[in-house]
Amino acid sequence: MAGFDKRVASYEEAMEGIESGMTVIAGGFGLCGIPENLIAEIKRRGVNDLTVVSNNCGVDGFGLGILLEDRQISKILASYVGENALFEKQMLNDEIEVVLTPQGTLAEKMRAGGAGIPAFYTATGYGTPIGDGKEVREFNGRHYILEEAITGDFAIVKGWKADRYGNVMYRHTAQNFNPMAATAGKITVVEVEEIVEPGELEPSQIHTPGIYVDRIIQGTFEKRIEKRTVRS
Amino acid sequence: MALTREQMAQRVARELQDGFYVNLGIGIPTLVANYIPDGIDVMLQSENGLLGMGRYPTEDELDSDMINAGKETVTARPGAAIFSSAESFAMIRGGHVDLTVLGAFEVDQQGNIASWMIPGKLIKGMGGAMDLVAGADNIICTMTHASKHGESKLLEKCELPLTGAGCINRVLTDLAYLEIKDGTFILKERAPGVSVEEIIEKTAGKLIVPDHVPEMTFDA
Repeated sequence: MAGFDKRVASYEEAMEGIESGMTVIAGGFGLCGIPENLIAEIKRRGVNDLTVVSNNCGVDGFGLGILLEDRQISKILASYVGENALFEKQMLNDEIEVVLTPQGTLAEKMRAGGAGIPAFYTATGYGTPIGDGKEVREFNGRHYILEEAITGDFAIVKGWKADRYGNVMYRHTAQNFNPMAATAGKITVVEVEEIVEPGELEPSQIHTPGIYVDRIIQGTFEKRIEKRTVRS
Repeated sequence: MALTREQMAQRVARELQDGFYVNLGIGIPTLVANYIPDGIDVMLQSENGLLGMGRYPTEDELDSDMINAGKETVTARPGAAIFSSAESFAMIRGGHVDLTVLGAFEVDQQGNIASWMIPGKLIKGMGGAMDLVAGADNIICTMTHASKHGESKLLEKCELPLTGAGCINRVLTDLAYLEIKDGTFILKERAPGVSVEEIIEKTAGKLIVPDHVPEMTFDA
């Protein structure tokens, strides 16, 4: 590996340096666009006391849900944590701290974290329990609460195609939180379906420029569907 | 007769205007998409990052990378756009969505809404609801007027933890269509066969009842 070549040869190498107690920001919405193999590698390593930042926490037996099996997550910031019996059990037993965060605020916390903005004002959550204890300011007659940015020790991201330099494109709605997560990790690891040569991706179509990406790996994905709805 | 879920969706659909960008929540709001009037084109926004949600896919079209905010597999209609969650909530928070339709447990005469948390019961999260109600000027709440035990859900003051403060201006219940303005509910329409007296009885918040309250009509 040299210069801008971000490729790593194994998932073990991809998650090298992750330790217990770290904060991990994960892309994905439900089971769509989740870095499933990077999550599996975190499970294999057995690190624990993790703070996870992700819109959801997977399902029983898949996605981030597998990190609950050995109690590797001690705290999670998420907007919605249903569909997961083990999660509910750990939440009710106070084995996991849950910081419910409005979805748009969560996305913006990641975006701000990656963009060097330490905090921002939003009307979302004003007058609700989410605003309790947060600074309030009035702009043009409307109330806003101060929300702080998030950065992670690691960001784990699922892309579609990338080049060796770490320029990434996402596919359809598997984009979701991935581009923001990619900007907000001290170490950003992206797993993709295909790695191509520099020059093969149209520069103006890149979603995540390689400057944000530290490691890239090509994997195979189950891409499980959470709610299969079809018309006849 | 109280409105059925389908009739509620039909009634909300009459508020759609040609060229509207619309976000539909889970449940009855989702059904609104089935009743978009002929000659009206609306673009459905799904907050996971899709503007221009299409129909459910056929078996052949099924794609695990193509879902809506309810995590259901969907398609994108011609002219759709797909983007990140930050972009999606920029358009929501920034007030670019023309109409938001979502369910609620309670609303009150100040336009407060409670829809995400019942203390003592399992809390699954607010998802995008707090962003949606904070960002939209034009929201319709769909809900039942009263609980199974007859307790009003249209209150003087919400009892449950809020989703948003002072943000709701229209409510469609199974009994009535109401507006919220200047700290009061205003009865605009009633469900077929539902008396004004029943609506008054089941509305705990302050309610203005005009002299004439038209009855909603539905095609058979």
